[in-house]
Amino acid sequence: MPGNIQSIERAAAILRLLSGRNRRLGVVDLAGELNLPKGTVHGLLRTLQHVGFVEQDKDSGKYQLGAALLHMGSSYLDGNELRTRALNWSDSLAARTHEAVRIGTLHDSRVLVVHHVFRPDDSFQTLDVGSLLPAHATAMGKVLLADHPYAADELIGQGLEAFTDWTITAPDRLREELTLARERGWAWEVGELLAGQASMAAPIIDRTGRTVGAMGIVGKAERLLTTRKPRAELLSYVREAARAVSHELGAIPW
Amino acid sequence: MRERYVAAVDQGTGSSRCLVFDRAGRIVSFSQREHRHIHPHPGWVEQDPAEIWSNVEAVTGRALRDANLEPSDLVALGIANQRETTIVWDRHTGQPVHQAITWQDTRTDRLVRELAGAGEVDVRKITGLGFATYFSGPKLRWLLDSVPGLQQRAQDGDLMFGTMDSWLIWRLTGRHLTDVTNASRTLLMNLETLDWDPEMLELIGIPRTLLPEIRPSAEVYGEARGQLAGVPVAAAIGDQQAALFGQACFMPGEAKCTYGTGGFMLLNTGERRVLSESGLLTTVCARVGEEPPSYALEGSIAVTGSLVQWFRDNLELIGSAPEIETLARTVEDNGGCYFVPAFSGLFAPHWRSDARGVITGLTGYITKGHLARAVLEATAWQTREVVEAMTADSGVSLSSLRVDGGMTANNLLMQFLADVLDVPVVRPIVAETVSLGAAYAAGLAVGFWSGREELRSNWHIAAQWLPNMDSAARDRGYRKWRKAVRRAVDWLDEEDLPQDS
Ligand SMILES: Nc1ncnc2c1ncn2[C@@H]1O[C@H](COP(=O)(O)OP(=O)(O)O)[C@@H](O)[C@H]1O
Ligand SMILES: [Mg+2]
Repeated sequence: MPGNIQSIERAAAILRLLSGRNRRLGVVDLAGELNLPKGTVHGLLRTLQHVGFVEQDKDSGKYQLGAALLHMGSSYLDGNELRTRALNWSDSLAARTHEAVRIGTLHDSRVLVVHHVFRPDDSFQTLDVGSLLPAHATAMGKVLLADHPYAADELIGQGLEAFTDWTITAPDRLREELTLARERGWAWEVGELLAGQASMAAPIIDRTGRTVGAMGIVGKAERLLTTRKPRAELLSYVREAARAVSHELGAIPW
Repeated sequence: MRERYVAAVDQGTGSSRCLVFDRAGRIVSFSQREHRHIHPHPGWVEQDPAEIWSNVEAVTGRALRDANLEPSDLVALGIANQRETTIVWDRHTGQPVHQAITWQDTRTDRLVRELAGAGEVDVRKITGLGFATYFSGPKLRWLLDSVPGLQQRAQDGDLMFGTMDSWLIWRLTGRHLTDVTNASRTLLMNLETLDWDPEMLELIGIPRTLLPEIRPSAEVYGEARGQLAGVPVAAAIGDQQAALFGQACFMPGEAKCTYGTGGFMLLNTGERRVLSESGLLTTVCARVGEEPPSYALEGSIAVTGSLVQWFRDNLELIGSAPEIETLARTVEDNGGCYFVPAFSGLFAPHWRSDARGVITGLTGYITKGHLARAVLEATAWQTREVVEAMTADSGVSLSSLRVDGGMTANNLLMQFLADVLDVPVVRPIVAETVSLGAAYAAGLAVGFWSGREELRSNWHIAAQWLPNMDSAARDRGYRKWRKAVRRAVDWLDEEDLPQDS
């Protein structure tokens, strides 16, 4: 077929192979199936990985379809669905920590707040649901970017805006922070969006292992931190709650 | 000292769940399972008691396992249940003689019309209710009339009747009893004596031998057997009354509305039994141990969340209930479309069993997004009707509305509700107030909590929606809604009524 771009056809062939049932394939498998040199396949995979269409499994080194691609299709998790499924655990987290709880999803490299539980002290508060937060200056954002490198690249490409003197604006510093978040399974921030405020968050993971949201608490730095570190007890509540929601998402949809 | 907990089973219309709470009223564990709805004929809605019992066992086991708890970690178990749903089983074999007939089922339409025309008995004064397909007594009578051999087996004392609470307590402890709140939904209990009423039994034709003993909502009924062996079963309370309790509405004048399958607004009237002039029910709020009972005015809306489910399952326009919000947000407003979901007739404040559902205001402009809006708005407009009836009966206008239940996860709906009621809508930190109320009642019965003040201090605002709609738009919407309701009533003809068996 004259006029077709060969590398796009090859990339499409890779995606088709990976979309088969239970497919996680290594470079060698793919090269064999496509009858192409390993180096060529590797190059294609690198680009696909960069745009988020494929991901490499940490343990096996094999490749699978990426979150960005899934988000374009039907398996994308609706924010309203996420809120409904998370309700009990977000309530419970607010009751345990006595702090406000938020759940966010990634939306054009920003954090879309899909759920908000007030700090349970009956003071006047307004619902944040629907607002967009900068991803590099919030704990939720860091957790989300950590599992979506293409979104991180996009954000860095746009330039990292400073909100306070403590906002991370250097790309390398942000990348380090995201690596740390990925390794630990949680992230935090103090004064990076608003002076005197801190937040901590952990990932909500769906049954395919992808980070579909972040859940965390936000409040006065003096309540959330001790010696400039997240209070261990609060952090463990946040991680437990996010795990419980992840567990819930693994169940049958209703 | 070892930390201890209270477990609650919420046997709801759509699903069964088990929640475990700590002393601060916080959720420690949660497990849920949906069950089947059986529709043998239009208007008939049944459920399988055996399936429900096995789901209850499964969710309790799972909730304990998930939190690494043993039965000995529990001080008590409380039960909240879908009300009115009617079960008859064999006292020797434990086998149900028929599927459960749910509260939404309208097969008794002809029967209740006959009963309503029958006597000089002041049903409202005795029971606080009116004749409607909603309540258990006529469902039980239908079973006796329709299942071959049942009359005889009933006379011989071989059968037991119960609502879901009785079925579960009998399975758990082997005792045959019900609580005052559930009994107050049968059309068979006298609101004043809190016992089965001879006149009503006579009128509906129910032998007393079938009936469970009526007990307070909170007291130790016995110890559980089976996987919860040794745990005191210490509360049973209808789900809507449980939600009122879980919302800490202990004082006269306090009210809440729960949005699940249906919508139920209850106003605590204390020790006073207020008979409604405006289409509301009078019902028992709760009775803790030997304390005097408290009463409530209730506005029952038959269809709220179940309309969302119908939209999902029958029209297949959404894949899950929460997606209705996403779909509704694709448009700015309802486009002039109104949906009156009178699937089982209309409950409060109309009580029109001759009504059926209508969608009005359709034009070529209407999309599925507008329909999704109309589905959600129906819940809010129906609430407005019930709130107006409450105001008329109590003379006190609402300053804010406390809400709970599955639909409160829907922000668009909650905002719209605040808009059409023109008062703030407030969700407490535990949306599962049904379970929380059952846990509170059970915990009080065994002395786990010191009293209602301690429970009240657990109540906190988790979310609040403030009204933001101009009054002209609100009035116009409500006017259209009422016109739509007029188009829903007077639909059923005599020949549409189920035939006598
Ligand atoms: N996000 C949502 N938006 C609208 N309706 C919802 C949402 N989540 C759940 N529902 C509805 O709420 C109901 C479930 O609430 P629940 O309180 O569990 O009901 P029940 O106790 O009657 O079984 C279902 O009818 C479902 O359609
Ligand atoms: Mg319920």
